[in-house]
Amino acid sequence: MATIEPVASAVEKTQDARMRQPAAESSRPRARRRPSWPPGDALSTLAFLLPMLAIFGAFSWYPIVRTVIMSLQHTNLVQPATWVGFANFSTVIHDPLFPIAVKNTAEFALLALVFGYPIPLIAAVVMSSVRRRGIYSALAFLPVVIPPVVAVLLWKTFYDASSTGVFNTVLGWIGLGPYPWLQSQQTALPSLVLESTWANAGATVIIYLAALTAVSNELYEAASVDGAGLWKKVWHVTLPQLRGVLLVTMILQIIGTAQVFLEPYLFTSGGPANATLTVLLLIYNYAFGNSLGGDYGAATALSLMLAGFLAVFSLVYLRATRSWSSA
Amino acid sequence: MIAYPLGRRARRRSDPADGEGLVSQADLRRPGVRWGLGTAHTILLAGLVIIGVGPILWLAKSAITPTQDTITHPMSLFPHGAAWSNLTQAWTNVDVGRYFWNTIVIAIGSWLCQIVVATTAGFALSVLRPRYAKLITGLLLTTLFVPAIVLLVPLYVEIVHPPLVHHSFIDSYWAIWLPAGASAFNVVLMTRFFDNLPREIFEAARIDGCGPFRLFTSIVLPMSRPILGVVSVFALLASWKDFLWPLLVLTDPNKQPLSVRLPTIQAQTELGVFLAAMFISCLVPIVGFLIFQRSFLRGPGLSGAIKG
Repeated sequence: MATIEPVASAVEKTQDARMRQPAAESSRPRARRRPSWPPGDALSTLAFLLPMLAIFGAFSWYPIVRTVIMSLQHTNLVQPATWVGFANFSTVIHDPLFPIAVKNTAEFALLALVFGYPIPLIAAVVMSSVRRRGIYSALAFLPVVIPPVVAVLLWKTFYDASSTGVFNTVLGWIGLGPYPWLQSQQTALPSLVLESTWANAGATVIIYLAALTAVSNELYEAASVDGAGLWKKVWHVTLPQLRGVLLVTMILQIIGTAQVFLEPYLFTSGGPANATLTVLLLIYNYAFGNSLGGDYGAATALSLMLAGFLAVFSLVYLRATRSWSSA
Repeated sequence: MIAYPLGRRARRRSDPADGEGLVSQADLRRPGVRWGLGTAHTILLAGLVIIGVGPILWLAKSAITPTQDTITHPMSLFPHGAAWSNLTQAWTNVDVGRYFWNTIVIAIGSWLCQIVVATTAGFALSVLRPRYAKLITGLLLTTLFVPAIVLLVPLYVEIVHPPLVHHSFIDSYWAIWLPAGASAFNVVLMTRFFDNLPREIFEAARIDGCGPFRLFTSIVLPMSRPILGVVSVFALLASWKDFLWPLLVLTDPNKQPLSVRLPTIQAQTELGVFLAAMFISCLVPIVGFLIFQRSFLRGPGLSGAIKG
C-alpha cells in the first residue's frame, strides 16, 4: 500500500511537467500575437457583440438588479411600488412554512446525496473497465433525455398506492408492500428523491466516464509494476485521480437539489401536510400560487436568501476542500 | 497547429487499445478478476436495462395497452391485446398534434436565438478581441453564479409589464425565445472553442483581404461544426424539457407546449390515452439521442454541469 503512492505521485509529477511544457510554450506567443480584428474596426466588433449585449442586458443583467430592488419593495403590478426596507425578508423568516421548506429542501439534498452520489461513481468505474462501453453509456444517459415532466408523471403512475400500482405489484412478487409512496408523510420525500436520482444520475455517469478516460495509463502501469491488484488500483489511482471531479459534482448536485421544484410541484404540490414543500415551491407559491395577485416582494426576498446561502455555502465548501482537491 | 499537442495527448490517453487502463492483461489472466469483472459487467448491464430503460419500455408498452389492463395488471404484457387507438386518440382528440407542433416551434426559436447570441459573442470576444473584452467576459461569468430562480420573478414581471415597450408579451413565443438566448454557458463554450482555432488561418484570411463578417461566416463557423452540434443538441433538449417558464408565460392552452399540457391532459383523459401522449412527447428526444449520441455524450463532459 504505502509503496505505491510515492511512485504513482512521482510518475504523475514528471508527466505533468512534460505536459505543461508545450502548453506553456505555445500559449505565451499566442497571447502576444493577438491583435484586435482588424485593428481599429470598433464598429463591426460592436455589431457582433450587439445580440449578446441586448439579450443579456434585457434578460439577465437587468433582472438580476431588478430582483434586489423588488426584494426591498412592495409591488403588486397595479399600484406604483413602495419601498419597505427589509420587511419582505422578515415576512419570509416569520412565515411558519419557511422552516418547513428549509428542512424539506435540506432533507431532499441530503437524501439525493445518499442515493445519487455513490451509484454513478460505481457505475462509471465498472463501465470504464468495459472495452466497448458505448451501449452502457447510452443506456445510462437515456433517462436524462426524457422530459422531466414525463418522468415525473410516469413515476407518479408507478407510485400508485393501490396494490395494483406498478411498484406495489413488483414488490408484491417478493412479498413486500403495498406501500403508500406519495401519500404518506414519511415516504413522500424519499419517493421524490428516488425519481430525481433516476432522472439525473446518467449525466453524472457521463461526467465521471470523461474524467476516467483522462486518467493516464502510466499511473496504472506504474501501480501494476509495483504489484497492485485491481482493488488497490481503484483505491490508490482511480479515486485519487477523480477527486477534483468528485468534489465539483458534489457541490453542483447540492446546488441543483437545493433548487428542486418540478418533483414536489407535480408529484405532491408540497403535500401531504407540507411534507414535500421545498424552498422553490414556497417561492412559486408566494409569487404565482395566489390567484388574487402575487407577493413578488416575498418571492424575490426568499430567492435572494437562497442564492446568498448557496454562494456562501459554495465558498466555504471550496475553501474547506481546497487543499484536498489539488494536492 | 496549436491544438495539436492537446489532441494527440487526449487520443493517447483515451484510446484503450494502446494502453492498459485500469484493468491490465495481467489482471485479466487471474481467473478471480475475470469472473468478478464479468459478473460486475453483467449486473451493471442488467441494472441499466431494468432500472434505466425499464420505465421507458413500460411506458411504450402501456401506451398501446387498454386502460383497464394497465390499471388492473400493470406488469403483464397485453393480457387482452393491444389498443393502438390510444395513440390516434391522443394525437387527435386530446390535440397532442397541436401541442407537439408548439413544442417544435418553441424549441427551434430558442435554439436559433441561442446559436446567434453564442456564435456572434464568442467570435467578438475570442477573435476580434476588443479592449473591453475582459469586462464583458466578467459580466458574463457573474451570471453563471446566479441561480436561475433569482431571475424567475423579475423576468416574469418584465414580460408582463415590459419597460419601454408598453405591450405585454404574455402568450407570445418571443417571451420564451429571447430569454433562452441569455445562456452564458453557451457563450463561454463558444469562446473557448474559438480560442483553440489556429490563428494562422485568420491571419492568412486577413492578408487575402477578408473582413470580419466574411471571416465569421466563411471560416470560423464552418470550422466550429463540432461545438455547434453540442450547443444545438443541448439547446433543443433544454427547450423540449422546459416546463416552469412556458407554464408562466403561455396562458393560452392553444399555444402551450406538450410539457405544460401533460399535467392537464392527465386530469382530463383516461390513463391509456394519457400514457400514449406521454410516449409521443418523449419520442423525439429519444430518437434524437440515438441519432446524435456523440454530441449528447460529449456535452456533460464539457460542461461538468448537472441538474439535481
